[in-house]
Amino acid sequence: MSRISQCFENLKADGQTALIPYVTAGDPEPWVTVPVMHALVEAGADILELGIPFSDPMSDGPVIQKACERALKYEVSLIHVFDMVKKFREKDTDTPVVLMGYANPIEAMGYKMFAQLAQQAGVDGVLTVDLPPEESDEFLSLMDEHGIDTIFLVAPTTSKERMAKIAQYAKGFIYYISIKGVTGSAALDVSSVEAKLADLRSCTDLPVGVGFGIRDGQSAAAVANVADAVVVGSTLVRCIEEHADRPEELPAAVAGLLAEMRHAINARDMAK
Amino acid sequence: MAKQVGNEYYESYPNEEGHFGPYGGRFVGETLMEAIYALETAYNRYKNDADFQAEMDKDLADFVGRPSPLYLAENWTQKMGGAQIYLKREDLNHTGAHKVNNTIGQALLAKRMGKTRIIAETGAGQHGVATATVAARLGMECVVYMGAADVKRQAQNVYRMKLLGAEVIPVESGSRTLKDALNEALRDWVTNVDDTFYIIGTVAGPHPYPAMVRDFQTIIGREARSQILQATGKLPDALVACIGGGSNAIGLFHPFIADESVDMYGVEGAGHGIETGQHSAPLCAGAPGVLHGNRTYLMQDENGQIIETHSISAGLDYPGVGPEHAWLKDIGRAKYVAVTDDEALQAFHDLTRMEGIIPALESSHALAYASKLAPTMSSDQILLVNLSGRGDKDMHTVAALAGLNFEE
Repeated sequence: MSRISQCFENLKADGQTALIPYVTAGDPEPWVTVPVMHALVEAGADILELGIPFSDPMSDGPVIQKACERALKYEVSLIHVFDMVKKFREKDTDTPVVLMGYANPIEAMGYKMFAQLAQQAGVDGVLTVDLPPEESDEFLSLMDEHGIDTIFLVAPTTSKERMAKIAQYAKGFIYYISIKGVTGSAALDVSSVEAKLADLRSCTDLPVGVGFGIRDGQSAAAVANVADAVVVGSTLVRCIEEHADRPEELPAAVAGLLAEMRHAINARDMAK
Repeated sequence: MAKQVGNEYYESYPNEEGHFGPYGGRFVGETLMEAIYALETAYNRYKNDADFQAEMDKDLADFVGRPSPLYLAENWTQKMGGAQIYLKREDLNHTGAHKVNNTIGQALLAKRMGKTRIIAETGAGQHGVATATVAARLGMECVVYMGAADVKRQAQNVYRMKLLGAEVIPVESGSRTLKDALNEALRDWVTNVDDTFYIIGTVAGPHPYPAMVRDFQTIIGREARSQILQATGKLPDALVACIGGGSNAIGLFHPFIADESVDMYGVEGAGHGIETGQHSAPLCAGAPGVLHGNRTYLMQDENGQIIETHSISAGLDYPGVGPEHAWLKDIGRAKYVAVTDDEALQAFHDLTRMEGIIPALESSHALAYASKLAPTMSSDQILLVNLSGRGDKDMHTVAALAGLNFEE
């Protein structure tokens, strides 16, 4: 069983909802990413999502685009991202790490090399925003060969028929995008998410994470009511942006933010 | 010389997945997947629909002014001392370039799909103007994304779009040019996917755009083919067209692909010179990758980051190229070359003085290559150049290079 599946099994046994923070690797400076990862785990993260910086992140809003630009100033490449995961694994062999990004940096490295190096570094999953199942045949088999879960997105626009197709290819968990829009753009509407998740769950037994539009403890707890995992990105990245000139304060700052969400989710889990 | 490609080409590319060999495809985020399938279904339904075609033909005739003439540039031919040079006069279309052929088609499709809002990206502003024009006529809301750097160098087109009722949004991210405008338009589409139709201006983006935009633009090549046959009784020996995303080039080339005797040359922007790295020539100096919904040749660094491009011409200033050109390059059916800013400018001035036609800086790249090619050919050979747009929009750029500034 993959580290991601194991993680969800354990949480399920304890009646808990997973919390998955996203940060862009190398933002605002490369050295701070690994301390931030550890701080997030300390604050209650169950799985970490690490963004691969890309020059043209067209599914992201301005917050994450600027994060990519800050990281790219230091020319943070996939090799650096793998180094960060490797370093993180020196102290943490339990917390799953998912890489999230766009197809081109992975294409430039080559799928095979990517799969090998990701496995060696201790990466557990990969989510490629602009690589839908239709274009994923070669990618899927290589990731599978190297024990890396391929995580796919489902959107409010995804039909039930298509959900079933995506579910065939997905491993680890499915990431439901709560809103029509880019990352960090609007607040989510839990009732419409709930209706869509019912469709999704009829197509798959995989855990479902929900992201986009989760900004605080309240919205995190609301999502925890319907999802197996709460994904939070732009809110953390905005905090990183605010601390860009004093990165040494960042691990504590993002940990504080995440802890608030953890407490809210835990309170909800206890009530359930 | 060129590799032979038979009529089966037309049946084979793109395939059902939108692939031209390894290129093309549907590389977009999940939120847009249903939208591009819906577009494909609608396009397949209407492309052979008699009413749709009739409406389109009528607009192309009465609103755009088609067919555009095929003009023998006698003075220029004489000066070059080689092949007879014919110009396909897309510059005479309403709005001043070939772009309107496509925006008419897509806007009619948008209307049939019940969409009420149109978005577009633009580089030189020609596609933006052509989109704003059809949106005004159909009474649809129109938002055009344009890189902030392009807004500055194409101020006149920005004003034209505003006059036509479009909202022009300058894009400040990244290199502030066409690729960033495309990113922003995609973000808008993801957010407003229910009521919005995205009119892409070139033969790039996710399937079905490369095939659909090509089909709308092949009117150029279909007309040119019958016009040259009528004028000379034979096919041209070579075709030349400039390439940014490649819509005017594929529009000219496509109907000639199975004519083995016809050589095809796509001309990219070499900017300050390929060797300087400051250019916009992905086919000549790039590598395959994935951007903006398709796999194609891209200008990128070794880590797969898209690098900034340079061209004197805003319409060529783009790091990618339509996937069908990538495939035509790989199979050797078309040849891709590049000319510098300086060479394009020289051709701009030459045509203006010799023929009384002021070409767009984009089209001047095709003219510059034609002026290299023509003297290597004999006087009974025919060179057909796509004059894809007129140069009115470039007065500021050209005047500034001569030390003039209209604002002073």
